[in-house]
Amino acid sequence: MHTLTRRLAAALVLVWLVVTLTFVLVRLAPGDPAAILVPSTATPEDAARLRAELALDAPVVVQYARWMGGLLRGDLGESFAQRRPVTEVLGEALPISLGLGLASLFLTFVVGVAIGTIQAARRRSAIDPVLTVLTTSVYAAPSYWLALTLIAVFTYGATVWGFPAALRLPAFGVRDPAGGIDGFAALIDIVRHAILPVSVLAAVGAAGIARYARSTVADLAGAEWVRTARAKGLASSGVYGRHVLANALPPLVVLLALSLPGVVAGSVFVESVFAWPGMGRVMVLAISSRDYPVVMGATVLYAAMVILANLAADLALPLLDPRRER
Amino acid sequence: MSRLAQLSAVLLALLVGAVLLVPAFAGTDPLAIGDVLATRLVPPVSSDSLGNFHLLGTDRFGRDLFVRMMLAGRISLAVGVAGSLLAGIVGTAIGAVAAWRGGVFDQIAMAISDALLSVPRLILLLLCAALWQPGVPTVLAVLAATGWMGVARLVRGEVLGVRAQPYVSAATALGASSRRVLWRHVVPNALGPAIVATTLGVGNAILLESGLSFLGLGIQPPAPSWGNMIAGGRDLIVTAPWVAIAPGLALIVTVLACTLLGDSLRDRLAGERPRDLAERA
Repeated sequence: MHTLTRRLAAALVLVWLVVTLTFVLVRLAPGDPAAILVPSTATPEDAARLRAELALDAPVVVQYARWMGGLLRGDLGESFAQRRPVTEVLGEALPISLGLGLASLFLTFVVGVAIGTIQAARRRSAIDPVLTVLTTSVYAAPSYWLALTLIAVFTYGATVWGFPAALRLPAFGVRDPAGGIDGFAALIDIVRHAILPVSVLAAVGAAGIARYARSTVADLAGAEWVRTARAKGLASSGVYGRHVLANALPPLVVLLALSLPGVVAGSVFVESVFAWPGMGRVMVLAISSRDYPVVMGATVLYAAMVILANLAADLALPLLDPRRER
Repeated sequence: MSRLAQLSAVLLALLVGAVLLVPAFAGTDPLAIGDVLATRLVPPVSSDSLGNFHLLGTDRFGRDLFVRMMLAGRISLAVGVAGSLLAGIVGTAIGAVAAWRGGVFDQIAMAISDALLSVPRLILLLLCAALWQPGVPTVLAVLAATGWMGVARLVRGEVLGVRAQPYVSAATALGASSRRVLWRHVVPNALGPAIVATTLGVGNAILLESGLSFLGLGIQPPAPSWGNMIAGGRDLIVTAPWVAIAPGLALIVTVLACTLLGDSLRDRLAGERPRDLAERA
């Protein structure tokens, strides 16, 4: 329990550091948000009133104290551009990003570990270098380019090559804009909309994981206890399932936590290309309108999620290790 | 070097030659907009109605995509190499000084690096890119500001190890100043992992620059970069997909070659594994 408290404290300090750093960075910005918000026809008095209203006139220390205080109460301030609480703006976007992120993280792990294991188990056959080049290429591809290419295939290509109706996947948005469907049909509709974005994110993630899964599994497959397991006549599936993968799991879980920032980065582009109103898209829009509170809130939320995932991976690690005492 | 790494090196050399020579010797100006109606959106490997052949076709303004792509390659490659190098230099300096001085400087530097590492690099890049005027200097500064942490930690660890070596005490005993011992004797012996991380960082920096440019926060048109060329083909993806797909292929080949070269370098130097599960754009 002692370790848990210490880890939690360390994570909290880290969150505080990120919060402070974000604040400092944003206050270094040369742009004046009021200049963007105030219409060009407004008088200087109007501009001054708006600055006072948004508390942009207060000394930096006061602004920092106000922001930290708000943060502790779960209040991230008000969006300059949308004139409503940041928590509301991010609250609408978060579930969309989380759904997208969790689905692709799950696929990333399953597909990535499967590919890496196949490569490690078939190290002497042609399939290993082929998969290496394939995963490295996908890993080298920008996610927004993969997304655009998929859109080209499923719109332009679908017409040219005559795809059946079931394969004509919708490329934009979360649900059918026409609406008028509910229940099970609505769920199917969302899943169909999610196939392309989730595939892009999972492909890039799995390509990264596979590179590591291959070397981890290959190292373990040469271990003495694996030879013993083979010698006692265990089938290959048993050797890999019970002995190799069980031992490969702890490092791969750490890797999954480490790959989370990648999923976040990918989701910014994927949401932007597929027009999903998630956190990434909200942040990109907020940046172009210098909507500081939203940008800061999103940064802090992203960092908190990454810190939490690392903490969870750290804590789960001993539970997954097959060498622990039962 | 493995055969894949050799192939990558040849590919990169060809690419550097092409981006330097093609725009210089191409008959057309890749930035000039001529007779748009006669030359716009020509598909790859065909000629426009004025009879000019275009290997990869033309964009919506009738500009030759291949020549533009090579011109963009100059910027993308230069920014990638310079951005990664800058991050490597900053990281080496911070890591070396942190390990050498220890104490409060070390603690503050590592705390800042921890905090920066816990924000996804792209989010940090977006945050910084939004703060200053977009352009090449901003992209370089931002790549350095968000990329130094990994190298700093590697160098810090190495310096702590090297410091215990007898030749360091020998240099000190011979009367060398602390600064001289650090930069002349310790740091050169601690650079291995930093070099690997910087090499692997080139592909990453190219991808991140392209991502920023794709979102309109990096290199600004009319200067072409692979990222803003893909952005330019974004709303043509249904009618003229080659405009966005071609620069992406150049990007993939480049990053792939950089990654394979970096991997091979890492295997040769066989140092500590750098954090190279870096995030991608």
